[in-house]
Amino acid sequence: MDISYLLIILLVGSIATLLSGDKMASKVALFFGVISLGFTLYMLSLFNAGQNIDVNLAWVTKPLISFSLKADGLALAMLLLNGILTPIILFSSFGTEVKNAKNFYALILFMSFAMAGTFLASDGLLYYIFWELALIPIYFIALIWGNGDAEERKKAVVKFFIYTLAGSLFMLTAFIYLYGKAGSFQLEALYNLELSSKEQLWIFLAFFLAYAIKIPLIPFHTWQASVYQKAPTVGTMLLSGIMLKMGLYSVIRWQLPIAPMAAKEYMNIFIGLGIAGVIYGSIVALRQRDIKKLLAYSSLAHVGLIAAGTYALNIDGLRGAVLQMMAHGFVVVGLFFAAEIIFRRLNTREISEMGGIRVQAPAFASMFMILVFASISLPSTFNFIGEFTVLYALFQVNIWFAIIGGTTIILGAYYMLKLYQHSMLGATHKTIFKDVTFSEGLVFVIIIGLVLFFGLYPKPLTDLITPSLETILLQINR
Amino acid sequence: MDTTLALVLILAPLLGFLLNIFFGKQLGKNVAGIIGTLTVLVSFAVTLSFFLQINQTHQPIQIQLFDWISISNFKVEFGFLLDELSLLWLMFVTGIGALIHLYSISYMHEDENMHKFFGYLNLFIFFMISLVMGSNLLIMFIGWEGVGLCSYLLIGFWYKNQDFNDAAKKAFIMNRIGDLGLLVGIFIIGYLFNTINFAQLQTVFLTGDLSAQMSMISIAAIALFIGAAGKSAQIPLYTWLPDAMAGPTPVSALIHAATMVTAGIFMITRLHFLFDLAPLVQNAIAIIGAITSLVAATIALVQTDIKKVLAYSTVSQLGLMFLALGLGAYEIAVFHVITHAFFKACLFLGSGSVIHALHNEQDMRKMGGLRKAMPITFITMLLSSLAISGIFPLAGFWSKDEILMTAFHASPTFPVLWIIGSLASIFTAFYMFRLMFLTFFKEFRGTEEQKQHLHESPALITFPLIVLAILATIGGLISLPGNSWLNHYLMPLFAKEGHEAHVLGTTEYMLMAIATVGALVGIGVAYFKYFKQNQVPGEDASFTGMSKVLYNKYYVDEIYDTLIVKSINGWSNFFRDYIEVGLSALVFGFGKVANELSFQGKKLHTGSIGFYLFVFVLGFCAIISYLFIV
Repeated sequence: MDISYLLIILLVGSIATLLSGDKMASKVALFFGVISLGFTLYMLSLFNAGQNIDVNLAWVTKPLISFSLKADGLALAMLLLNGILTPIILFSSFGTEVKNAKNFYALILFMSFAMAGTFLASDGLLYYIFWELALIPIYFIALIWGNGDAEERKKAVVKFFIYTLAGSLFMLTAFIYLYGKAGSFQLEALYNLELSSKEQLWIFLAFFLAYAIKIPLIPFHTWQASVYQKAPTVGTMLLSGIMLKMGLYSVIRWQLPIAPMAAKEYMNIFIGLGIAGVIYGSIVALRQRDIKKLLAYSSLAHVGLIAAGTYALNIDGLRGAVLQMMAHGFVVVGLFFAAEIIFRRLNTREISEMGGIRVQAPAFASMFMILVFASISLPSTFNFIGEFTVLYALFQVNIWFAIIGGTTIILGAYYMLKLYQHSMLGATHKTIFKDVTFSEGLVFVIIIGLVLFFGLYPKPLTDLITPSLETILLQINR
Repeated sequence: MDTTLALVLILAPLLGFLLNIFFGKQLGKNVAGIIGTLTVLVSFAVTLSFFLQINQTHQPIQIQLFDWISISNFKVEFGFLLDELSLLWLMFVTGIGALIHLYSISYMHEDENMHKFFGYLNLFIFFMISLVMGSNLLIMFIGWEGVGLCSYLLIGFWYKNQDFNDAAKKAFIMNRIGDLGLLVGIFIIGYLFNTINFAQLQTVFLTGDLSAQMSMISIAAIALFIGAAGKSAQIPLYTWLPDAMAGPTPVSALIHAATMVTAGIFMITRLHFLFDLAPLVQNAIAIIGAITSLVAATIALVQTDIKKVLAYSTVSQLGLMFLALGLGAYEIAVFHVITHAFFKACLFLGSGSVIHALHNEQDMRKMGGLRKAMPITFITMLLSSLAISGIFPLAGFWSKDEILMTAFHASPTFPVLWIIGSLASIFTAFYMFRLMFLTFFKEFRGTEEQKQHLHESPALITFPLIVLAILATIGGLISLPGNSWLNHYLMPLFAKEGHEAHVLGTTEYMLMAIATVGALVGIGVAYFKYFKQNQVPGEDASFTGMSKVLYNKYYVDEIYDTLIVKSINGWSNFFRDYIEVGLSALVFGFGKVANELSFQGKKLHTGSIGFYLFVFVLGFCAIISYLFIV
C-alpha cells in the first residue's frame, strides 16, 4: 500500500458522488471523506512503523515529468489536516439546502483530492498541476452556490480566479527555468541545484507572488474578504481551513529550500511583511460589519504570523508554523460554521443584527466561546502551542518581531471578544433562536476536542513533523 | 502517592466545574452549590496535608507528568512544584475559596444560572491552582490566562447587560497587554538559560556566572513586571479592576481582591532571584507601587459606590505590596498578601451582605444606620476596617508596618517612599471609616420599603464573615517582629534570613507610633465629617475642584479612551474605507490594463484561420524547442 491510494479514494469518491444523484450525494461524499481520513491514519501508522509509502512512477519522459509523491512527516501532517477537515466540512453542510447537490459534493471531494495532491507531489510540474487543479472546484463552488448579488459575486470570484492564476504563472515560469538548469522537476534535483544568488532571488520572488496571493499576505489579500463573504460557507471553510495552508506549506517545501540564499538575505523584509499583516488584519477586523468578513481579516492576521514564522528560518519557526496551520484550520472552520448556524437561524451576517443569542442558545454560545478563546490562543488550546512557538522563533531573530507580532494576542482578543459580545451577549434577541441540533453540536464537539487534545498533548504531531522539518532546515542551511 | 494527591488537589475543582456545567441545571441549585463548595474543600484538605508536611520537612515535591511543548533549546514539561511558596498560596486560595463558595450558595440563590456561577468559580480555582502549582513558567501561564478567562466570564456573568460585558472585555484585554510582557519575559529567560523550570532556574541563578547577561536580565525583569502590573492592577494597567466590580460580589472578593490579583506578586516572588539582579528595575517597581498606592487611595476618598471604594482600596494595597517587592522584601509582600486576603475578602463579602439586604443598592449615599439591623456584618466589617487601617494589634498593623519600616530603612535620609506609603495609609484609614460611618451609622437613607425589609444575612453569609474577621484580627501572629513563623517558613526559598530580622530599636517604635497616629487621624477625620457633622456626599454633579477630579478618577479612563481606543478604531475605519478600497482598485487597475491590451490585441483577430494557425504553430514550436533544447 502506498500513499497514491489516498488520491484514488478521493477521486473515485468524487466521481461516485457525481453519479449518485442529488439525494444520496452528501452521504456518499461523507462516506468517502471518512474513508480518506481512515486511510490517512493507516498511512500514518505505516509511516511511523518505518515503511516507505512514497510513490515514484515515470509519467512523461520528454520533458521528464514523473508521478512522484513524497509522504514525509510534513506532508502527512497536512494530509491529516485535509483528512480531518474534509469530512467535517461535508458533514457541516448537511443542515443547509443545496441545489444540484451531486455536483456540489463532488466538487468538494475533488478539491480535497487536488489539495492532497498538492501536499504530496514531489515533482514540480505535478505539484503545479495539483496546485492549479485545486482552484477549479472552489471557483465553481463560490460562483454557483455562493450568496449575495450574482453580478457582484461573479466579479469577486472571477477576480480571485484570475488573480491567483496570474500569480501561479510566475511560479510556473520559475519551474520551467529550474527545469532548464536541472533537467528534472524532481524535488531532490531542484534542491541540489547550485544557483547564483541573483537567480535565487528571481526564483524566490516568482514563488513568492504565487504564495503571497494564495496565503494571502498583504498587500496581495484584496480578493480574500469579498470571496469569503460571497462564497457558500463550505467554500469559505475549504479556502480558509485548508487551501490557504497550501501556500504556507509550499513556502516550507519549495520556496525556502530551493532559494535559501535569497530567503536568508531578505528574511527581515518577509518577516516584516507577515507581521505587518498581523497588525493590519487585526485592525481592519475591528470595524467589520459582516461576520464572515471579520473572520476573513482575522485569518489574514493569523496567516501573516504563520508566514513570518516560516521566514524566521529556524526550527521553531517551521514547527510552530505547521502546528499553527493545523490549529488555525480547525478553529477557523469551527468559527465559520458558527457564522453559518447564525445565518441559518437569523438569515443575516450583519453583526449589528445579532446579539442576545446566548440567552436562547446557551450550548451554541458556549461552543462558540470556546472557539473564540482558541482563536485568541488561550493556553491549553492547540493554537497557543503554535503561536507561542512562532513568537519564540521570531524572538530569536529579533526581539521586536516578537513584541510587534505578539500584539496579536491583544488585538485578537479585542476584535474577537467584541464580535462575541455583539453577536452573542446582551438582551434576548427578538427572533427565536433554536439551540444547536445534535449534528451541529457534533461538529463543534469534534473540533473542540481536537483543539483541546492537541493543546495539552501536541507531542504526536511535533514528533511527526520535526524530522522532516529538520531535513528541510538542513537543506536551507547547506 | 504525592502525584495522586496533587492530581486530586488540582482536578477536584475541575470535576466540580464539569459537573456543574453539564448537570448543574438538572441537579438543582443547592446541589450545584454543594458540589462547588465540596470540591474546593477537598483541594483545601489536600493542601493542608501537604502544607503540614512541608512545614516539617522543607522538601519541595516535584511532579512531572509528560512533555508538553518542544522548543529548540528547551523542553516544557507538564509538571507541578509544591514548595513553601506554592503551598502557602494554595492555603489561602483554597481556604478562602471554600469560604466564598459557601457564601455564594446563599448569595446567588436567586440567580437562574447559579449552577453556571459555581461552575465558573470552580474553574477559576482550578486555574488558580495551576498558576500557583506550575513547575515552570508556561504551566503558570496556563493558569495565568485561565484565571483571566474566568475573570472575564464572571465579570460578565450577567451578560444581558452590555455595560458589564464591556467591563469584562476591558479586563481581559488590559490583562493581555500585561500577558504580552510576561510572554516576552518567558522568551528571554528560555533563550538565555535553556530552561523555564523554576527549580532549574534557581540553580542557574545561584551557581552560574551571569555577568555577561545582565542587560538581558534587566529587560526580562521589565517585561515580567509589565505582566505583573496587568494582573495585579498597577499603574498604568490598573483601570480594569474598578470596572471589574460589575461582577457578583463574591467574585470581587475571591478574584479581584484575595487571589487572582495577587498573581503578579506571586510571580515576582517566584522569580525573586532574577529581580535581585536588576536593581534599577526593582527601584522602578518600588516607585510604581508607591505611586499606585497613593493614587488609588486618593480616588477612593470620594467614591460613593461601596464596591468602588473597596476596589480602589485593593489597587492601593496591591501598590504597597509592590513597594515591598521593589525593596527586595519579598516575605513582607507575601505577608501583606495574606493579611490583605483576610480583611479584604471580609470587607467585600460584608459589602455583599449589605448590598444583598438592600436589594442591590451599592450607593453609600442611600445607606446608613445598618448597624442595628445587621450587627454581625457590622462587627466583622469593623474589625476588618480596623485591620486594613493598621490599628494595633490587628493583622494589617503588622504587615503594613513592616512595609513602611522597610521603605524607611531603604533611604532613611530622605524617605520619600515611606512618606508616600504613609500618606496612602492615612487615606486608607479615612476612606474605610468614611465607608463604615456612611453605611452603618446615623439614619437609614434608603426607601421606606427597603427599611421594612432590613435584616441580617443568613448564616451561610455570616459564617464566612466571622471566620475571615477572626483571621483579619489575629492573622498578624504568623509574622510577629522578632519571632516570625512566616520568615522561618519561607527561608529555604530566599536562602537568606528575612529582612525583618533587625531588632526593634527606637526608630522602629517611633515609626510604629507615627503610623498608628496617622491611622487614628484618618479615622478621626472621618468620624468628624461623617459622624459628628453627619455629612453625606451630594449628587454626582455637586463635586467640584479636586474632588471632582478624584471622583472622575483623574479622567484616566477618558484619556485612555481618546488616545488608544478611539485612535485604533479610527485607524480601523481608515483602513477599511480607504486602504482596502484603494488596494482593491489597484488590482482591478491591473485587470483594466490587461483588458485594454486585449482590446488592442483584438485587432489581430482578423478571422483568418490561416493566420491563427501560423501563430499557434510558432508559439508551440517555441515552447517545445525550449523544453527539448535546454
